[in-house]
Amino acid sequence: MKRSFFAWPYVVWMIVFTVLPLLFVAYYGFTDATGALSLDNWREFFTSGDLKTLWLSVRLALECTAVCLVVGYPAAAFLAGKDMSRHKTLFVLILLPMWMNFLLRTYAMRTMLQDNGLINAFFEAIGIGRKQMLYTEGAVLLGMVYNYLPFMILPIYTCMKKMDRRVVEAAEDLGANPLQVFCKVSLPLSVPGIVSGITMVFMPAVTTFAISKLLGGGMTFLIGDMIENMFMTLKNWQYGSTISMILLVVIIASVALLRKVDPDNQGGGLW
Amino acid sequence: MVKKALKWTYLMLILFFLYAPIVVMIALSFNASRSSAVWTGFTFDWYKDLLGDAKIMDALKVTLSVAVIATAVSTVLGTLAAIGIHGMKKGWAGWILNVSYLPMTMPDIVTGVSIMMLFVVLKMERGYWTMVMAHIAFDTPYVLFSVLPKLKQMDPNMYEAALDLGCKPFKALTKVIVPQVTPGIVTGGLLAFTMSIDDFIISYFTGGSAVNNLSIAVYGSARRGVSPSMYALSAIMFVVILVLLLIINRRSSLENV
Repeated sequence: MKRSFFAWPYVVWMIVFTVLPLLFVAYYGFTDATGALSLDNWREFFTSGDLKTLWLSVRLALECTAVCLVVGYPAAAFLAGKDMSRHKTLFVLILLPMWMNFLLRTYAMRTMLQDNGLINAFFEAIGIGRKQMLYTEGAVLLGMVYNYLPFMILPIYTCMKKMDRRVVEAAEDLGANPLQVFCKVSLPLSVPGIVSGITMVFMPAVTTFAISKLLGGGMTFLIGDMIENMFMTLKNWQYGSTISMILLVVIIASVALLRKVDPDNQGGGLW
Repeated sequence: MVKKALKWTYLMLILFFLYAPIVVMIALSFNASRSSAVWTGFTFDWYKDLLGDAKIMDALKVTLSVAVIATAVSTVLGTLAAIGIHGMKKGWAGWILNVSYLPMTMPDIVTGVSIMMLFVVLKMERGYWTMVMAHIAFDTPYVLFSVLPKLKQMDPNMYEAALDLGCKPFKALTKVIVPQVTPGIVTGGLLAFTMSIDDFIISYFTGGSAVNNLSIAVYGSARRGVSPSMYALSAIMFVVILVLLLIINRRSSLENV
């Protein structure tokens, strides 16, 4: 008996639960309700307002990624730096929220943002007055950043931890000022971490539908909401599959783009 | 010194941002009022109600049992697959690995709807077991990719030697290969379990409307308001996870010394 035999059960499982379902997506994405080959759904997507939904999702996901990078990079750098490396507990505390159910955390955020919530009570106390925060685009963005920030911090931290600190010291000894050290040494060396951080934030952000529903309350309708709506409410598999394929193209394009920045894929995944 | 203080302040602000909703949630689990808007006094009632809350307890059971079954099956399936693929010709192995990457890189929502369509086309009613099958499907690649690197570090002649010495293939597998790749199996299993426990989207599409895990239960009751007993449950889970992580962290830092 050959050793490759051991892989057969998995191969069968994979064909049934990965390949076959994807073929369904392709089949329904290119047919109409009668089962005839059709590109109508594609035409509809690109000519109707649905294209705007895609842009809104991509824009919000990009904004979320940018905020996570700007906020998360210094945090990762500080955590990986000389001063903090002894405080491993701090790092554990940053990771811990990821193990809590994300829907419950998002729901808790919702109770804070609501009209009679904690933040509004605070605003009133300091004299700014109450503001409508829930069911706005800002709330959805905040929820995304809140959920995905650890995904940005972790890979950058891991990458910086692996970095040879002597290189930075050498730059300093040779007379580079802190800004130069950062731009010419630390930043380029942390690119793999940044790339995997961006991937890990952008992907779930662009496809989410729970966060937009809980915090945007239907006001911010994203591409994920659209797919969910097509499959669960309208039962329009054809159009839902078309949108799924378009979403896949967006993801594949962004991964290909990021591969160019970090060709060796050194950043690796989260783990 | 000032620099260090600034760094600490910054990290504390991040922690504050990450923990504020969790602290609010834990606080609300002790709130006498059902409403999340007003504080009417301290109570342990929600913790007492928790055990009697059939909906939450069912969701908890579904979450845990699906994760345990899916982890067990995918660990075996993924480990065997890694061993098999490791012994294959390059071309075939490359194909299988490329397809295995798909569930890990594809958006969860696409994985979810595509597997849902499979169940509907096959006329399988969606419920507990379809959810388990979907979980096995997305868990297994994580095990596969955790075990594979460990196999590559292993001496390739060991397995052949065991066979030459009269060992049956299955015995050679359990006595020679598995012990050497155990760290990879454990990592993969833990990953699979975490993925499974935390999953919302794929469960939502593949579990049907009758079977709820914790995430689906929260999502479903969001409009009418989540029961404070749910906060109580998550407060308990938070403390358990915190203690576990701190113990693991303590251990590993002791080992470093």
